[in-house]
Amino acid sequence: MEHKKDTKPIISIKSLEKTYNDESGETRALRGVSFDIMPGEFVAIMGPSGSGKSTLLHMLGLLDKFTGGEYFLKGRKVENFSDDEVAHMRNKRMGFIFQAFNLLPKASVLDNVKLPLAYSDVPEDEWFDLAKKAIDAVGMTHRTYHKASQLSVGEKQRASIARALVNDPDIIFADEPTGNLDSRSGGIIMDIIKRLYYKGKTVVLITHETYTAEYAERIITVRDGKIESDKLVEHVRQAGEFRK
Amino acid sequence: MQLRHLYKTSFTGLKTNKVRSLLTVLGIVIGISAIILIFSMGKGVEGLITGELSGMGTDTIVIRPGQQPSGLSDFSETLFSDSLKTRDVEALKRKSNVPHLAKIAPAIIVPGSVSYRGETYKPMVFGWTADLMVEMFGVEIGSGDVFYESDIKAKASVAIIGSKVKEELFGNENDDDVIGKNIKIKSRNFRVVGIMKPQGQVSSFNVDELVVIPYSTAQVYLMGIDHYHEIITKADAPENVAQTVEDIKMTLRESHDIADPSKDDFFVVTPEGMLEQIGNILDALTLFLSAVVGIALVVGGVGVMNIMLVSVTERTKEIGLRKAIGATDKDIMIQFLFESMMLTITGGVIGIILGSALSLIVTAGILTFTTYSWSFSFPVGASLLGIFVSGLIGIIFGIYPAKKAAKKSPIEALRYE
Repeated sequence: MEHKKDTKPIISIKSLEKTYNDESGETRALRGVSFDIMPGEFVAIMGPSGSGKSTLLHMLGLLDKFTGGEYFLKGRKVENFSDDEVAHMRNKRMGFIFQAFNLLPKASVLDNVKLPLAYSDVPEDEWFDLAKKAIDAVGMTHRTYHKASQLSVGEKQRASIARALVNDPDIIFADEPTGNLDSRSGGIIMDIIKRLYYKGKTVVLITHETYTAEYAERIITVRDGKIESDKLVEHVRQAGEFRK
Repeated sequence: MQLRHLYKTSFTGLKTNKVRSLLTVLGIVIGISAIILIFSMGKGVEGLITGELSGMGTDTIVIRPGQQPSGLSDFSETLFSDSLKTRDVEALKRKSNVPHLAKIAPAIIVPGSVSYRGETYKPMVFGWTADLMVEMFGVEIGSGDVFYESDIKAKASVAIIGSKVKEELFGNENDDDVIGKNIKIKSRNFRVVGIMKPQGQVSSFNVDELVVIPYSTAQVYLMGIDHYHEIITKADAPENVAQTVEDIKMTLRESHDIADPSKDDFFVVTPEGMLEQIGNILDALTLFLSAVVGIALVVGGVGVMNIMLVSVTERTKEIGLRKAIGATDKDIMIQFLFESMMLTITGGVIGIILGSALSLIVTAGILTFTTYSWSFSFPVGASLLGIFVSGLIGIIFGIYPAKKAAKKSPIEALRYE
């Protein structure tokens, strides 16, 4: 298994576990998952529904707390983060792209993209320029002042990518970003994400679609809360596994 | 989160559900406008009473029969008490008893109507002395003359009438022609000797609707009683009022053979004392009404809390998103608290405007339909209090929903459908 050289992992998890307890009993969503992600890597996490891939993304994105194991983010142990630090990390170091876009429907694209800046220490007079830059980067300039509810699904996802980019994060987490899109829009979105990777962002993509996963350079397959395989895309391709 | 953004976010949140927001704050609007109305009207009443009492002159002392009323029910007792009699007036007139007494006149209130050739009117008929009436109310006689001490002694059936009384009974007839004509009070003929110039409200009377007759005539021929309804006196100087009040009390206690002041069968009222008493009543009334308004505001606050809880549930996904992109628990809490405060303060401001408008309308009504010298004053203190209270309600009733919002996990919130 090859990694980018001369750097320390930006994400490192060791025996990560997540157990949910509810009325129906105990559910072990993650059963000791370990891997490293290097800065600038584009990793796709694949698996059928219920495999634990989304749970894994939530742990990596600090959206939920794990119940066992260790997680090092940029060399720091996540367990030692205060709640405010976790919020700061999500704000400044991470950008999220959701399957359901999660835009504020009545706010304009501009206001939606500005939203993460409201929770940052960026002075308000810089918000417009930063948001505009992010909107331009996803080719949504013509829709800047439109309400999110007036956009097509593809445009909604592009706005959501602009929002993820506005704070110039190190890591982009994309949770089934093409799940609600037709194949053409999906292709556009994946091209944008790929460009982010080319620009040096670390991208963690959750998908159950092989053709989406192919955009990544490495695919981690999860099944029943465990890692089934962890391979570079070119190896997968050479082995002809995509055609299976 | 920065303040301007906070304001914009909250404003958008409230604007999204305009009608709902407005209905939610209705309780606060009503509560705060009631506060403004109460304070504004209270000030009006206070101004009115102060004006009227000062019209009476600060040296006026009124003696009333019965025990000092401590509540509304006690006032009726005053009407039925017969403790003030002629011998009291005689005792008070003696310089050795009340050295600073300048004037004294008993008064009889005669219920009923007056008539002239089939025209009937219900004025206020007052058995009194003409000179004290002229002096206390600053009454000017337009036609004819007043009646004199000799008329009182003779129990003469003479009357001075107000301009409205003249108009009601005699229509457009010339004032001078009315002088000398007989009007009927309680089926007894009274000769009109004087007509007062129109003057409107003075003290607690509308002079235009007054009929003044000698107290002796009223007492004997109209009421058939040997007591007075009140005795009105004047001290020789305002600074001697306190001493005169004491002297009057001593004299009457001696005259009534009362040793224990708590058993007094009369009470003495001065403008200053009345002002204080009315002030106390107004304060108590304001306090009581404020308590009622307080309950209304609490109910309004519960309404706000209810809607804020609904809003938190409705916006679970938004809360999740905000947390996912970097909002801390505190950010979310402040956002919802701010929203709840904006809601209630908006209600407060609407309440202040509505309350002021209502008291302006009431003022206009009073000025149009009565002769009271009522004035509107914008209660600045109450308005500031209103804004403070409404903001406080926003905080108190917003805390629980805001905390609930802040505690939401981003994942649970994002999953919420």
